[in-house]
Amino acid sequence: MTFPSEPDAVGRDLPRRDGAVKVLGTAGYAGDAPLADAAYLHAVQATIARGRVTALDTTAAEALDGVVAVLTPATAERLASTEDRELAVLQDEEVAFRGQVVALVVADCSEAARHAAALVRVGYARQAHDVELRADRDDLYAPEKVNPDFPADTSEGDVDAALAAAAVTLDETYTTAMYHNNPMEPHATAALWDPAGDGFLTLWDSTQGVHPTRAVLAPLFGLDEARVRVVCPYVGGGFGSKGQPHVNVVLAAMAARAVPGRPVRIALTRQQMFALAGYRTPTVQRCRLGAGRDGRLTALAVDVVEQTSRIKEFAEQTGVPARMMYASANRRTTHRLAALDVPVPSWMRAPGECPGMFGPEVAMDELAERLGLDPVELRIRNEPAVEPGSGKPFSSRDLVGCLREGAARFDWSRRDPRPGVRRRGDWLVGTGVAASTYPVSRMTKSTATIRREGGRYVAEIGAADLGTGTWTTLAQIAADALGVPMDRVEVRIGDTDHPVASVAGGSSGMTTWGSAVVEAARAFRAEHGAEPPDGAEASGAVGPADDRYAMHAFGAQFAEARVHIDTGEVRVARLLGVFAAGRIINPRTARSQFVGGMTMGLSMALHEQSVLDPRTGHVVNHDFADYHIAANADVDGIEAHWLPEHDPHVNAMGSKGIGEIGIVGTAAAVSNAVWHACGVRVRNLPITLDKVLHALEQRPGS
Amino acid sequence: MKPFDYLSPVDAAAAVRSVAGNPGAVFLGGGTNLVDHLKLGVVAPELVVGLAGVLPAEVEELDGGGLRIGAGVSNSELAADRRVRERFPVLSQALLSGASGQLRNMATVGGNPLQRTRCAYFQDVTTRCNKREPGSGCSAIGGWTRHHAVLGASEHCIAVHPSDMAVAMAALDARVRVLGPAGERTVPFVGLHRLPGDAPERDTVLEHGELITAIDLPAAPIARRSAYRKVRDRASYAFALVSVAAALDVEDGVIVDARVAFGGVAHAPWRADRAEEALRGAPASERSYRDAADAELAGARPAEGLDGGNAFKIPLLRRTLAATLRGLAGEESR
Repeated sequence: MTFPSEPDAVGRDLPRRDGAVKVLGTAGYAGDAPLADAAYLHAVQATIARGRVTALDTTAAEALDGVVAVLTPATAERLASTEDRELAVLQDEEVAFRGQVVALVVADCSEAARHAAALVRVGYARQAHDVELRADRDDLYAPEKVNPDFPADTSEGDVDAALAAAAVTLDETYTTAMYHNNPMEPHATAALWDPAGDGFLTLWDSTQGVHPTRAVLAPLFGLDEARVRVVCPYVGGGFGSKGQPHVNVVLAAMAARAVPGRPVRIALTRQQMFALAGYRTPTVQRCRLGAGRDGRLTALAVDVVEQTSRIKEFAEQTGVPARMMYASANRRTTHRLAALDVPVPSWMRAPGECPGMFGPEVAMDELAERLGLDPVELRIRNEPAVEPGSGKPFSSRDLVGCLREGAARFDWSRRDPRPGVRRRGDWLVGTGVAASTYPVSRMTKSTATIRREGGRYVAEIGAADLGTGTWTTLAQIAADALGVPMDRVEVRIGDTDHPVASVAGGSSGMTTWGSAVVEAARAFRAEHGAEPPDGAEASGAVGPADDRYAMHAFGAQFAEARVHIDTGEVRVARLLGVFAAGRIINPRTARSQFVGGMTMGLSMALHEQSVLDPRTGHVVNHDFADYHIAANADVDGIEAHWLPEHDPHVNAMGSKGIGEIGIVGTAAAVSNAVWHACGVRVRNLPITLDKVLHALEQRPGS
Repeated sequence: MKPFDYLSPVDAAAAVRSVAGNPGAVFLGGGTNLVDHLKLGVVAPELVVGLAGVLPAEVEELDGGGLRIGAGVSNSELAADRRVRERFPVLSQALLSGASGQLRNMATVGGNPLQRTRCAYFQDVTTRCNKREPGSGCSAIGGWTRHHAVLGASEHCIAVHPSDMAVAMAALDARVRVLGPAGERTVPFVGLHRLPGDAPERDTVLEHGELITAIDLPAAPIARRSAYRKVRDRASYAFALVSVAAALDVEDGVIVDARVAFGGVAHAPWRADRAEEALRGAPASERSYRDAADAELAGARPAEGLDGGNAFKIPLLRRTLAATLRGLAGEESR
């Protein structure tokens, strides 16, 4: 390894290299692809949740001025592969969820395309649909694995016997809502075939991974990957929803081939994103805990029920964090799915950990209450010596440090544990804590190339920057790995013309791409020495992870919640997170990731909920007026801190990945604080005023 | 969206003539609601008549301390007007609690009361809605009713009027000056909006082609002690679950007079006459506030639906009214 133990650029608080072009509005997003004579695509969506399309009358749409083409299952090209039924669009007449694409219109302008789409008349043979997730359904099934590759169930020891013998037990059910990723930039794609209709396909797509998108798209159209280029220098947020291509990419490529010689653009509307761009499943989490009087857990069981779609399985690994978080000799986790007539769920920031640290972390607070123990102390008492399950040592684990540092910063030692007894003006005030965790992930495939160009070193890799800071942080890593100042390093990402890179997912970007860059720098110096000639070039690839260790980042989040004494309005006055996430590459972009994650967690705690109407099967509140995301006024004091952590095992840089851990545990900390404020345990997210109002009605003097 | 013609009339009378003469014509004020509807297909007009520059955009003094607010005044300007803040704080507070800064800069005083319900089903043309398509049915009944009515709804529609400004206007006995093809008329603000009954497609009593040119606020010394309290699901940029506009005159611990209106609970801004009646002459006490709320809410009916429906609005409104009146009474005594 050539990476220095005392790096220079890494660890410095540096501004984003892409900041200026974004502020100036000159950064070219997918929708800005410079294409002459582009046509515009708008999708026609099913208005039933299950059945078949029996008639498609496109006459009025085709007659409209400016309409170039209308494609239906009868006229659309046959894809080379229909295995992925989410992407097998317009291949048959079956409708598997409301909002599914049943036709598309291409026109000279987006307004004409949208108007024409509304003129397509669709007839259906309707079947009864089923979109209701309930834990008491009789058709729940155990998936073969949960995302990405964990067993659905685990069992150690004898949970039932341990619960029966425990001095204190808890058995409660917690639910998280259906959530939509809702990046600001919609899913957008432009497609161009050159020469017309054949040969080479170029896609400008808003994606978390240009190479992964290409790897999915090329076989759909029967192409070698070498005949597809995907370009995406900037992404206006993805939160997982752009981690895998959705139907917009297929539609754009299909439509562009149907209008030879013209590029075709599509941008999903906000409403369409609630049916076509993935979402997080609602979850039902039955949590059982058994403990001795000293607070040490003797039994821990988490049984998860969640949904997937009938046409494509996605099993969120909600029960997985409970497998390694705390020590317990007896442990069981299960996942059961209901396959429903709903859109296809997918990744959303911290799949598994985000919902899966809600139930258990509120349960720990409830257990602390029953034991009369401080919730920080309860967690410390249940620290495992090695990773439960695998028995591997942790590469580093400083949950205890995070809890102690956060407690000190939050003045936790002066906390009165009694709920509902603090009032400030018209507000009841309470504080709560919860733990965070996220695994250190390393993808298997990524290569970087480093080349001398004049006085500079150019590092190329098809990585993505979703606003996370990749443009800047990869340059920091490259500079230190080469032993040169930052200003001599240029980074080029976001294009399949660069060496292959993995998806920006699982907080794996820095570990994976950074390791490839470090390897490329090592190879470059080995081949070309300290004074390389112009044009000198070398490549390096990410190596395998050190599987002797269990690798995770940890954190502790503290919240101060206020509940209005009259109205029950819930506000979070302060959020403080302390994280132990290895070496921090860039404090500025890191703080943005932590605070962004915590804000999204606050939003999940208080606001976010996709309301699926069981009568129709669609998300009723499918816009930003009704799907509430925390506004500026909802985010009051918010702080992220981190502990210095040296972990030589995770990767050359010693970094752990920080894009997702910030959203993990926040909702539990807020719920625990709301209980402390007003005495109501809100086990079903979001924490809205109607869920605490009854307790206010019963307060004396009310 | 469907293509339409756009007209910039020379004056308000020309605007009225253009719309009155064409059943497919609509007025465009700030566009903060109509433009959404054009994109969503909720409306598909043949002709859009822009009102920029043709409506009065000043706030003028009326005798005795009243104000005449031109329909072209923006929500931001009105909220910031010193006379409004001193004489009618409830109105300024209501305006500032609505929408976002950007939207308030665009939204006009004339357009604000005429904005349409934000019922999610009304705004989604793939669902049935009696307001959008008379006779097609109401999808909200039995659906997602969190933002729906508990007062004055019908079996045909349970939508609520979304405006905050309108709730304050209703409490202040405002009068709406209307220009129509047959000339000018004045409509009391509390009579401007209809309850849905069996014609929920009609939000107001205005005829096609009638244009709001100004809103008059009569002098009201009581309004100097007034407040708007909006309760919503996030701290900013959300429609009211319930809201209360209130003014209170207390002497020697006795309520001499009161003005009360509710928002977020009915198809119209809800002037709470029964609550006002209960308050007049009563002691300024928690008990009186609760009794007043109970008097008004005796006829309230929750809309059952997903996620527990909206029954919470009834205790929430009772508590919000009491808190608002308690706050005003406290202000009086200081």
